[in-house]
Amino acid sequence: MKTKILAAMLGCALSIGSVLGGQAMAAETIKVGVLHSLSGTMAISETTLKDTMLMLIEEQNKKGGLLGKQLEAVVIDPASDWPLFAEKARELIEKKHVASVFGCWTSVSRKSVLPVFEELNSLLFYPVQYEGEESSKNVFYTGAAPNQQAIPAVDYLMNDMNVKRWVLAGTDYVYPRTTNKILAAYLKSKGVADADIMINYTPFGHSDWQSIVSDIKKFGTEGKKTAVVSTINGDANVPFYKELGNQGISSDTIPVVAFSVGEEELSGIDTKPLVGHLAAWNYFMSVDSEANDAFIESWQKFIKSDKRVTNDPMEAHYIGFNMWIKAVEKAGTTDSDAVQKAIIGVTVPNLSGGYSAMMPNHHITKPVLIGEIQEDGQFEIVWQTAGKVAGDAWSDYLEGSKDLISDWRSPLSCGNFNVKTGSCSGNK
Amino acid sequence: MHIFLRVLHFKLFIPALLLTLFFSQSAFCLQTEKETQFTEGIGHLLHGNFKEKALATKQVADSGDSRAKSILQAMLEGKLYRVKKDDTLVYAEIKSAQAKISSALTGEQLGFVKKRKLKKITINNKLRSSLKASLARIDLASPSSTTRLQAVNKLIKNLTPRDSLLLAELLQKETDNKVRKALATATAIAKLKTDDTTQILAAISDLSGNLNPAVRNELMTLLGKSKDDAVRAKAESALASIASSISFYGFIEKLFFGLSLGSVLVLAAIGLAITFGVIGVINMAHGELIMLGAYTTYVIQQLLPNSIGIALILSIPAAFIVSGVTGIIIERSVIRFLYGRPLETLLATFGISLILQQTVRSIFSPLNRSVATPSWMSGSIQINPILSLTTNRITILIFSMLVFAGLYLLLRKSSIGLQVRAVSQNRAMARAMGVKAARVDALTFGLGSGIAGIAGVALAQLTNVGPNLGQAYIIDSFMVVVFGGVGNLWGTLIGGLTLGVANKFIEPWAGAVLAKILILVFIILFIQKRPQGLFPQKGRAAE
Repeated sequence: MKTKILAAMLGCALSIGSVLGGQAMAAETIKVGVLHSLSGTMAISETTLKDTMLMLIEEQNKKGGLLGKQLEAVVIDPASDWPLFAEKARELIEKKHVASVFGCWTSVSRKSVLPVFEELNSLLFYPVQYEGEESSKNVFYTGAAPNQQAIPAVDYLMNDMNVKRWVLAGTDYVYPRTTNKILAAYLKSKGVADADIMINYTPFGHSDWQSIVSDIKKFGTEGKKTAVVSTINGDANVPFYKELGNQGISSDTIPVVAFSVGEEELSGIDTKPLVGHLAAWNYFMSVDSEANDAFIESWQKFIKSDKRVTNDPMEAHYIGFNMWIKAVEKAGTTDSDAVQKAIIGVTVPNLSGGYSAMMPNHHITKPVLIGEIQEDGQFEIVWQTAGKVAGDAWSDYLEGSKDLISDWRSPLSCGNFNVKTGSCSGNK
Repeated sequence: MHIFLRVLHFKLFIPALLLTLFFSQSAFCLQTEKETQFTEGIGHLLHGNFKEKALATKQVADSGDSRAKSILQAMLEGKLYRVKKDDTLVYAEIKSAQAKISSALTGEQLGFVKKRKLKKITINNKLRSSLKASLARIDLASPSSTTRLQAVNKLIKNLTPRDSLLLAELLQKETDNKVRKALATATAIAKLKTDDTTQILAAISDLSGNLNPAVRNELMTLLGKSKDDAVRAKAESALASIASSISFYGFIEKLFFGLSLGSVLVLAAIGLAITFGVIGVINMAHGELIMLGAYTTYVIQQLLPNSIGIALILSIPAAFIVSGVTGIIIERSVIRFLYGRPLETLLATFGISLILQQTVRSIFSPLNRSVATPSWMSGSIQINPILSLTTNRITILIFSMLVFAGLYLLLRKSSIGLQVRAVSQNRAMARAMGVKAARVDALTFGLGSGIAGIAGVALAQLTNVGPNLGQAYIIDSFMVVVFGGVGNLWGTLIGGLTLGVANKFIEPWAGAVLAKILILVFIILFIQKRPQGLFPQKGRAAE
């Protein structure tokens, strides 16, 4: 009996081997693409996410892999070069035959790979907060949409801190510009006058903040409580906060709420001038939950340093990866179309002690937390939304976008369905 | 729980006391009431939400208890904790996983506990500002006049109408002139917040010409809500006079911003003015030499973590040596083979810049490093309430001028300076006169590179210390040198300052992005008209 089965298996294996030839090895593992820059300007942020993916894959393999097979990470470095992202994505899908890809940080890199994923019908999990106004059949947005970060933060300032005047300061590129457009429309809908909104853009890596901070100071001493909503990107934040401190603006006179400053960014700078300023995220390392403690412990063990911090995009990858695992198990295959169908409605634990679900518009539900920066570079959570907020692909506050919805379930299956005209304008 | 019982106990206790001991013990009663308030406040601090905590801090502050100040201070600094097990309020000094604690109420030392056994008494921004105000109110009674002055200035941002009485009382007692002045302003502002029109009008006249931002703030608020015509008219005229002084001081402020930006440009460019201007090498790695200087500052600060100021001063010669030696190595190993071939030099030095960047990335990681600012370089000098000049910028402005003067003297008055000038003006003739041109080339390049390193020390105080630091300054440096006139130090100085000031005057109405573009366009047009720059080199070399 035993020998018969053995012989049958051997025969089977031989025949597969002869058909697939060199591909026989590949069939034993499921490949997962990791598309994060490991060199160039974005390496600062993206290297951590690559390590996070490696850790998650290693842990999954310890648990027995997926569908009885081991997972194999295929790491590729697009070197912070936007066109290269598209080339490398094509390489991952066509040459390496990955089942899905986890990657990208900047919006421009996501826009660059989007057509590739749509053309080759593969899956991308995108872990960073972004400006919204996009929905693709092949992309899952596990970071925050504007209504999961920017709008609740503004609500907090408006209701809890009685802020009446607003400075919207950002770096000059697509995410801050779109976010500020949405915020300005939102503030106006709440009755804030044009004169009480100041919008300011600066180039990447701006280091001379003297006159801008002085303008903010003047703007903030005209009789109404003022706050700065900052979409200033990475590096430029340090001289910005330093200048605020030097010119005597502290968090209790003019608070700054930032959307791009997290634990990782704070670990490289002197945090004294920042204490009390705010950040809005869906996760902080200081979240008090068992899932988070376990995650931090395994992360620091994996990276072999108890000084390394965790941050919001890491949690997004944690959620996205577990959602993908669950969807593949549900579908019983890694086939893109089957996983796309299966993943909608999948619910997995997040790190803040609750559950996140994948919505039909390929965004997820998350709690929104507001934290104050502490001297040790961590955040003290001072406010959070009562429940979870579902990500909205199309902002309700922008002309041309407020009538659009996205729903990838059949029969609608459309990324930008206009509820007024009842039609889907492309993007099927 | 036991605190609740105690409170209940006191509440029953006090009426009984009042009945029996009213006449003889009234002083004691007052005492007890204060104490109740204090204990009750502490109870809410331990378990309340932010709103309850805000009330609790008020109770604690108003109780007049001698422990109140240190408790509130510790709370503000995040050193106040609650022991999870038995709800003792403690001060804690956390060292990694261990915490040294002492009781906040009795002052008793409680030894070491694990950090996880403690829960921090957290505060938010609202609480932070009310804490600061409470502390300031306590500080108003301080014997030191500077503390009192600071307290009044802090309080000005956070006044309530009821403060006017307290402040007026203090004003009567106050002897120090500065504090009196601040108190008078504070009293007037507090009066503005009352509903009494005559008081408000009197307060506005008291405040006319006062440039304190809080005054402007209050007047604007008043203008927004007051219905009384007389009040509005008076507030408007007071605001108009404030606005005219603001625009005057705004001009001075802008000029200062411009000069300080200009001084940074001069610092970054002056090394290039030597390598590019004097020996004609287009050194694309100049930015990376600046970066090396910044990293030297970081390393020295790591070596001397307890004396940041001394570390910073030591970094100046250290950075000069590190960048200077690197410069000489680059010159001897690469550039000397490429003299007279500008295109190849440009490519080779660009390659070197990438190598240097990646080396730093491998040694120090791609993450930015934090360089601390010594206390004498942070904060600002208050000229008057609306004009303050930040100390770090002033220091760098002076430093930049010193570097310029030093370099100028070196080139004008020393024999090596003479040789450098000779070689740059006419290499063949200088060699004929016995000047070792190759040695002078190496030294000149080393000098320029060393100065770049010094610029790095200054920039480490202003911006991020990371592998990409140099890239941000290389374009600006070339711009300044070309605009000022190649081979002329004065040109670099005037060019840098002019561009800085122009940038700062364009920025307010054009925005930071457009200001940069406009400056670039201006330079392109300028170079078209006057290719030799502001101060062209004269003589035969300038053909």
